[in-house]
Amino acid sequence: MTFEKELLTGNAAVATAVRLAGVEYIPAYPITPQTEIIELLSKWIDEGKMQSRIVLMDSEHSMMSAAGAAAVTGVRTFTASSSQGLLYAFEMLYNVAGWRAPIVLANVSRALAAPITLEPDHNDVLSARGSGFIQIHCETCQEVIDSILMAYRIAEDGRVRLPAIVNLDGFYLSYTREPVQVPDQKLVEEFLPEYSPPEGYICASNPMSVASAVLDGRAYSYFKYQMHLASLNALEVHERAASDFERLFGRKYGLAEEFMLQDADYVLVTTNSFSTMAKAAAVDLRKAGKKVGILRIRMVRPFPRAAIARMLAGKKGVAVFDQNISVGSGGILYPEILAALYHQSDRPKRILSFIGGLGGKRLSSAEFRHMLSAVASEAEQDYLHMQSVLLFTDQDWGSVKGMLRIAGKAVPEETKEDAH
Amino acid sequence: MSIKQHRTIRDIPLEESLTAGTMLCAGCGGVLLVRILEKMLGPAVVTVNAAGCMSMISVYPYTPFKSSWFYVAMPSAPAAAQGIRDALDILIEKKRISREQDLKVLVVTGDGAAADIGLQSTSGALHRKLDFYYLVYDNEAYSNTGFQASGSSPYGSNTKTTSPGSMAPQGLSLDKKDLFEIWRAHRPPYIATVSPAHIADMMQKIETASQFRGPKLFIALSPCPPGWSIDSDKVIRVSKMAVETGVWPLKEAIDGRVKHTVMMRSNRRPLEEYLRMQGRFEHLFEPVLQENVLKELQKKVDDYWASVSG
Ligand SMILES: Cc1ncc(C[n+]2csc(CCOP(=O)(O)OP(=O)(O)O)c2C)c(N)n1
Ligand code: SF4
Repeated sequence: MTFEKELLTGNAAVATAVRLAGVEYIPAYPITPQTEIIELLSKWIDEGKMQSRIVLMDSEHSMMSAAGAAAVTGVRTFTASSSQGLLYAFEMLYNVAGWRAPIVLANVSRALAAPITLEPDHNDVLSARGSGFIQIHCETCQEVIDSILMAYRIAEDGRVRLPAIVNLDGFYLSYTREPVQVPDQKLVEEFLPEYSPPEGYICASNPMSVASAVLDGRAYSYFKYQMHLASLNALEVHERAASDFERLFGRKYGLAEEFMLQDADYVLVTTNSFSTMAKAAAVDLRKAGKKVGILRIRMVRPFPRAAIARMLAGKKGVAVFDQNISVGSGGILYPEILAALYHQSDRPKRILSFIGGLGGKRLSSAEFRHMLSAVASEAEQDYLHMQSVLLFTDQDWGSVKGMLRIAGKAVPEETKEDAH
Repeated sequence: MSIKQHRTIRDIPLEESLTAGTMLCAGCGGVLLVRILEKMLGPAVVTVNAAGCMSMISVYPYTPFKSSWFYVAMPSAPAAAQGIRDALDILIEKKRISREQDLKVLVVTGDGAAADIGLQSTSGALHRKLDFYYLVYDNEAYSNTGFQASGSSPYGSNTKTTSPGSMAPQGLSLDKKDLFEIWRAHRPPYIATVSPAHIADMMQKIETASQFRGPKLFIALSPCPPGWSIDSDKVIRVSKMAVETGVWPLKEAIDGRVKHTVMMRSNRRPLEEYLRMQGRFEHLFEPVLQENVLKELQKKVDDYWASVSG
């Protein structure tokens, strides 16, 4: 078997997967850094390289409404967004999930206004974590293309029937070219057969009521909990899809990825593209004799609590790296990890929380090494509190002070204990 | 092309598309119009609805429709209609369903959804020339949330958010948005206003509209007994008075050319007769007569008809 190999940006990887998946309908609305996805798809459709229909909508709210409604009517549907766009569609995320419309949405992460920025963090996608969308977060362009295909398999499965988000970092992945093995079209068709909704198409001989009002908390609870259970089913369905995927394409994906984890005493938990740097830091520290490893969470919703607990059982220390901030609380994934470990009798004694990379702020490998060392150092007691620690170097602080001066704002007096 | 003529209410199709037993108020003007429209369009229809009173037509596990029902969020029924229309076209194109299985796509929203929060998605659908029917039942307020002012509430009306008081004795101080003209500026093939007191006129308009591909729009005066403070059995009488006083012009615009289907230029009744029938204008008469407001309201109607040619 020969596979085509191409240099693809993350955005092009998304578009390629959408073409391979035989997506039939694409309502669209522009936002940086996802525009390239829609531009590519519309170009391919215009050139006749892809049989699909793209419709340019008036907003993400409308885009999401059209996408969900089309999927319920009976066609395979894709759309993409980012940041403010995802938030603008928020009301419809809950509707689309409630309609049990198995669309796939590529979210190209970008931080949220205000202040406005183009660079990524994960507050956009994580704000949707309670909506009912399945969430798969990717580290590489290869994983992006593969995850879109897997996302359709999972979303359309009768036991799940929920929409899915495939998340990739803006700039760090969206515009980064990486060598990607493009899956063979025939094999994709074997992996992902034509979409046919189990209740049939909405048409004259098959009338349906979608999302009628419920005036009864019992009915409401029933439907919501059905969604919850369906989402949890995705854990098992993912396993099946992953093994089929491995058989056909030779690449293996788990709910979370273990990197040098087996014999590690100290673990850094990550998601998304910054994980590559975390892995490099782990390799460095291994050379220095520190038994460290990385656990990268891939499936964020449903949250693979049991798998994560298993992977972290017996470890001496864990640091959670959150590239997001829940204002007034801290890192979003940190408490989820705490909850996953709470019932473990041999849970790690030390579970630290770090926040970094907000608004795409670059992290050096030193900062990843710092997190790993902090958790690996028995003597270090500084981080043994519930607060998340912001990764912010002296140089970062120096340049912000410069900006404050230019803006004519008072520069806060320097304290001895500047944050790291 | 000759189209079927509808002259009297005897021409109403007997087949019911909306069976009895909804949760809506007795006498609701909106549901009356939805019923007529559904009858005219027949069972091969999917009704796309935005949050509002009509969302209470289909309450799980019951539906009064033989046809399909699709509830969407308040701002975006026309956008969901786009998705459904496109999906049906794709299914037919790919021969997954036959042409006979096709559905007419009908959006039903209140005036609040149409004139305010859903105006953007409506504009988008009109711009894309979506092939659909759109009925706005205009009860001139946000009724489902308890009758607050919407962009479609008339000047001088008493709503829960525009109570007449010493600071604003007239009640609402803004004018009603002209949705007909907003829509007309988008150049859809067909727009009409209708009223529950002129069913034959409405049926004729639906018949005419059905000749066109693209957006087919209906703004329906929909008296709301609790909001307007009228008895349920007065809905038709009030609707009739709205037409006879000229405050609710019955018209249509085919490819943008406006034609009044009922002419009320010279033989109009005084607007006061319409206003006096409803509690929401009571403050214009009691405890003191607000003559200037009444004059202003009458002038708005007079000016409108003075501008009507033909
Ligand atoms: C985004 C959003 N905002 C507010 C509401 C609350 N809401 C439900 S029904 C309604 C009133 C709808 O008014 P209108 O469109 O005029 O229809 P009517 O109630 O008169 O039938 C409102 C404001 C909502 N459902 N969604
Ligand atoms: S409140 Fe008014 S619009 Fe709503 S159902 Fe009752 S009569 Fe109809």
